[in-house]
Amino acid sequence: MKRLSVLLTILLFSASPASAGTAAPKQLNDLHFGEALYHAFQGDWFDAISRLDAELVQHYGVDEPERDTLHYHVGQAKFDVGDFELAYRMHRRAGRAFTAVIEGNVEEPVRNEAIFRLARLYFQKDQPVNAQDAVESVRGAVPPEIRNDLDFLRAQIHMANGRFAEAVRILRDLQNAKGLEGFAAYNLGIALIKDGKELEGRQVLDRTGQINSKEELTLAIKDKANLVLGFKLFKEKNFEGAKLVLDRVRMNGPFSNRALLASGWADASKERFERALVPWSALVTREVTDAPVQEAMLTVPYAYGKLNVNSKAAVMYGSALEKFDTEVDRLEASIRSVREGHFLQALAREEMKQDADWVVKLRKLPQTPETYYLLDLMASHDFQESLKNYLDLEGLRRRLEVWERDLDAFEEIIEQRRAYYQPLLPAIDREFRRLDSQMRLRLEQRERIEQRLKAMLVVPRPDYLATAGERVIGERIALLERERTAGGTAGPGGVEARIRRLRGVLHWNIYTEYDRRFTEAYQHLRDLNREVDLLKGQYAAFVRTRQAATQSYEGYDDVIRRQRSLIGNAREKVGELMARQGQMLETMAVNELNARRERVAEFQTKARFTMADSYDRAIRTQTREMGE
Amino acid sequence: MLRWRRGIISGISVLLLSAAAYGQEISKEQIKGLDEQVQEVKSDVLGIAAELNQLEEKLLYPSNTQVAVFVSLAGGETFRLDSVEIQLDGQPVAHHLYTYKELEALRKGGVQRIYAGNARSGEHDLQVLVLGKTEGGSDFKKSGRFKVDKNVGPKIVEISLAAKDITLNDR
Repeated sequence: MKRLSVLLTILLFSASPASAGTAAPKQLNDLHFGEALYHAFQGDWFDAISRLDAELVQHYGVDEPERDTLHYHVGQAKFDVGDFELAYRMHRRAGRAFTAVIEGNVEEPVRNEAIFRLARLYFQKDQPVNAQDAVESVRGAVPPEIRNDLDFLRAQIHMANGRFAEAVRILRDLQNAKGLEGFAAYNLGIALIKDGKELEGRQVLDRTGQINSKEELTLAIKDKANLVLGFKLFKEKNFEGAKLVLDRVRMNGPFSNRALLASGWADASKERFERALVPWSALVTREVTDAPVQEAMLTVPYAYGKLNVNSKAAVMYGSALEKFDTEVDRLEASIRSVREGHFLQALAREEMKQDADWVVKLRKLPQTPETYYLLDLMASHDFQESLKNYLDLEGLRRRLEVWERDLDAFEEIIEQRRAYYQPLLPAIDREFRRLDSQMRLRLEQRERIEQRLKAMLVVPRPDYLATAGERVIGERIALLERERTAGGTAGPGGVEARIRRLRGVLHWNIYTEYDRRFTEAYQHLRDLNREVDLLKGQYAAFVRTRQAATQSYEGYDDVIRRQRSLIGNAREKVGELMARQGQMLETMAVNELNARRERVAEFQTKARFTMADSYDRAIRTQTREMGE
Repeated sequence: MLRWRRGIISGISVLLLSAAAYGQEISKEQIKGLDEQVQEVKSDVLGIAAELNQLEEKLLYPSNTQVAVFVSLAGGETFRLDSVEIQLDGQPVAHHLYTYKELEALRKGGVQRIYAGNARSGEHDLQVLVLGKTEGGSDFKKSGRFKVDKNVGPKIVEISLAAKDITLNDR
């Protein structure tokens, strides 16, 4: 409950609904983009930015970005990276990301959406003039889903710049806008009052204070409207009206304590102390660290005193005094503990942050006075931002520590690879060179055969396709012919004819079988091509593996050295910033705790004085009654 | 007494109209200045992360052997995912137990890289075992077996989980 109250108070600080988040595309084509979203949906902004940045860099680096899978999501990715940076409180980078979209070659609605985000960023960073300039540069079509949000932002910016009449004009048109229920009305009421239209403004606030909704944020802004209006009436001494409006504030909302206190005072101001006791008595049972509760611990006995129940009043002042004493002790212990550095140690407890309610749980830890008031401190925007920065720095510190250890591991891996591969590689390379020369020779032979076969398609050469046996026979016939010619004598009868017949048979076979042989030769070449492809595949695989072997341990030294240096520098910087941010947090905490202690001490003094006064009255009444 | 009462009333007005004001020792400029330096160091560390990721990928998962397995939930699935186990060629390579936040991130359409490793070119056996609970609260167990063909380049597969079945999308 307390946590909800604080969170709602924080959200309502600027009286605007929660900002829009990212959503996954209906059809996800790029898994790495999906991975960035996976981190973003968990609020793990560092990893989300890191993944998406890498994806975008890679996308811009490819020759044909339209063939990259991120192409389908690049528009969303550009916005998302800005949104993630914003969520990680890197406003300057987020601003640059949105500006890059605005200045890029994009369509009108995309440009206008980027302007909207940039303007919202300026507004959140308390730069209303820049925000005004930005929204005024919106031209043409605006995406329908942000139209109302843009108008609402425009109105808020106008209000921040004191241009209330313009804000009123916009807010009037937003009264029925979906998602802005209560917010548009509340802001309209405030803008009207600031524009001098007090009566109409109050009427709008009155209507805002009566809207029906089931949305927690809308109900909270409804409470806020009632509180503001109620207090206005109270200041004007319209106690009846104030009471009526203040009693509309929910008993469990973020403004209930302040409403109960003021409601009691509205009754008390009309001397209706019994009725004043109703809200105040409900208030005193609540969390004692809350200022209205502390004040109610005095107003309840005050009311009893007014009702002449002085003995009860005296006892209740005594009880309040005890509680104030305890509270002062606790505050002093907290201040001491913060000054001793325990506060920062507690904030850095990793195991606590695994739990969504870690801030609440810190309060419940025994022996941790330093974190008891953390939840209350969180209500301050500056403290909250500083705390987030501190926790982010702690996250960076841990990351850098892990990375440094990773580099050690990488170096070990590299050394082990070097030790394994280096002795093996010379022998492998020698064998490879031998096989490589053989392979080249065979490939050249294949190439020659292919060229010859191609030529034979044009000019048939049956002799090229003679078998080895036929070639031998051909050679022997030629030898016989040469011998006969050299001898100049005719051989036995019929030899010449037999030689001619043999040559004729040989010629016959070679020429008649040419077509079949030629077809077979082509089939063999195709078979050979398959083998060659296999060989080339194996060759390429070997070359890749060989290269990978070298690349697995060579060329890393400079990169690792550079990384080590960058990590070292970053660790130093993070350490220094953590110290400064931590000191700032401690100062903020101590200042706040001191202010609380002073306030409680003041209540203590009042309680002491009024307790004594009540006892005097009680005794006087008792004495008088006895005398009578 | 009247003075004290006035004091309390003015106290209320302070409570109602103003937010808590912290110590004057810390100015807005100091807060802003430090915040800007924190932003700078975040940027530096993001730069280191980018280089380190490249180094890690080159050193540990070279592109020719790289295998990455991603897990996603099919749209509209309401079963509660408790764990996913991945086996590659019969060896368990990844086992993940899901936190509430992780499960919500998957339900919103995020994709988890559950495994990054190395494998030779060729066909590999990929087994997925999913444990969880149905919407009704009964135990839910599902397994799937797939063939993954690894070529020269990095291999990226997506395991899409649904109550009915597990599907593998080759990317």
